Amino acid sequence: MSEPANTAPTDPRPAAGPDWQPRIIGFLCYWCSYTGADMAGTARMKYPPNVDIIRVMCSGRIDPELVTTAFARGADGVLVCGCHIGDCHYITGNHKTMARMPLLKRILLDMGIEPERFRHEWVSAAEGEKFSKLVAELTEQVRRLGPLDWPGLMRARGVGHGMDLKAWGE
Amino acid sequence: MSTNPNNAAPVAKLKIAKYWAASCGGCDISLLEIGPNLLELIKIADVVFWPCAADFKYEDVRNYPDGYIDLCFYNGGIRNSEQEEVARLLRRKSKSLIAYGQCAVDGGIPALANLKTVKGIFNASYHDNPSIDNPAGVEPQPVTPSEYGDLEIPRFYPQVLRLKDVVPVDYEIPGCPPQSDRVWEAILALAGGQVPLQNRNVKVACYDKAVCDECKLEKRNVRIKEFKRVHTSIPEPGWCLLEQGYLCVGPATRSGCGALCPAAGMPCEGCYGPAGDVVDQGTAMVSAIASMLDARTEEQAQELIDQIADPTGTFYRFTLASSHLKARK
Ligand code: SF4
Ligand code: SF4
Ligand code: FES
Repeated sequence: MSEPANTAPTDPRPAAGPDWQPRIIGFLCYWCSYTGADMAGTARMKYPPNVDIIRVMCSGRIDPELVTTAFARGADGVLVCGCHIGDCHYITGNHKTMARMPLLKRILLDMGIEPERFRHEWVSAAEGEKFSKLVAELTEQVRRLGPLDWPGLMRARGVGHGMDLKAWGE
Repeated sequence: MSTNPNNAAPVAKLKIAKYWAASCGGCDISLLEIGPNLLELIKIADVVFWPCAADFKYEDVRNYPDGYIDLCFYNGGIRNSEQEEVARLLRRKSKSLIAYGQCAVDGGIPALANLKTVKGIFNASYHDNPSIDNPAGVEPQPVTPSEYGDLEIPRFYPQVLRLKDVVPVDYEIPGCPPQSDRVWEAILALAGGQVPLQNRNVKVACYDKAVCDECKLEKRNVRIKEFKRVHTSIPEPGWCLLEQGYLCVGPATRSGCGALCPAAGMPCEGCYGPAGDVVDQGTAMVSAIASMLDARTEEQAQELIDQIADPTGTFYRFTLASSHLKARK
């Protein structure tokens, strides 16, 4: 059983400081949203390079845990995209998404994560333009809020600081 | 790892210790709940430290040689510096350190305070509360100078940590409190050498599957049409509470208790922590609930979600310190 490390994975981009750039994780479903993002690319639309896209087969596969893990490991924002309701390749995958994400949003709010850092949207395969606008908007919002740096926050509060100790007899 | 000779089953009488940190004391009671087996326990073990039941001082523990204690049960989370200091001391003095109960394992109820800032907690405790009479606005200070020298009290930590956040832990016994039959089985297994004294964060005295697996209530494959609460309506007996709209955290909770609460008509509150290999109980519950809603449109889904009074407090009631985010910003 592996506990998630409380340190950010090795990423050359600084989590805070003057060279900081918003780091946003995007979970996109394969059939519509990823194709939509691909279309934005092939049509050479310009949008900020701040979203690291992770392609999943269906937005119904995006466990809310993936979103909290992304924040906990150093994301400044998270984007979740799936097919429009009624268009899911697996018929009802995104019906789960449409309930999970608003419920998750309430938890994120309780944890002090600003609502502007988390978006879930429906993007079809033809909506390259919608995708590029969405990314530009989200990046701007997150940039205005500044770094979240959850790993730094938890380190400062002492989480995991006893891990250097040895168990008896080790 | 197993080259350590002390990993073998101890032949002499075992030395056991128990400590309470940020907890309610229920864990101490739950060990007494093994009932007549207590007599068996004192046949095979000597208590060398147990603030709740026996008069030993920290000084006694400091004078024990390292590794003197065989089984040390530590209940409670880490809220202040004293609890961490004692955790480090007991770690050094114990062959096997066991996080006992949900507070030590996942933060438990005290970790719900991680949803508030220290300032908010102090405000509620010392200033802004109808039952408080504190006109001078006094707050406890970590260090107070006096004519006898500086007086110190433990420092209040910014958030509740789990035992394994401050020292390596061999075994974890979840539950709020742990169910005594399971605890007794685990003690026998450890005392009898069926399992090594040393390990790393291995959960014992529980099962991997979810509470729903042990729950006898009938699942009818019905979607949730409305959320209800036990103080406003009475559930139909024999039928899965979650399907009736009562927020039962059984699907996201580890079994071991025998599904006690749903059997008595009360929704599971999640006191055994996340099931199986799941780390984050709250998001697991978000996932489960969202797949069960009777909603065809986003509006219908939102309407149902708005009926849930406190998702964070309900889904993370016992595990906030183990969740991915652990505390509010
Ligand atoms: S959700 Fe609750 S009531 Fe329903 S089967 Fe699971 S534990 Fe039992
Ligand atoms: S049913 Fe749930 S809340 Fe009740 S004892 Fe079991 S795990 Fe704990
Ligand atoms: S395939 Fe796109 S949401 Fe299911």
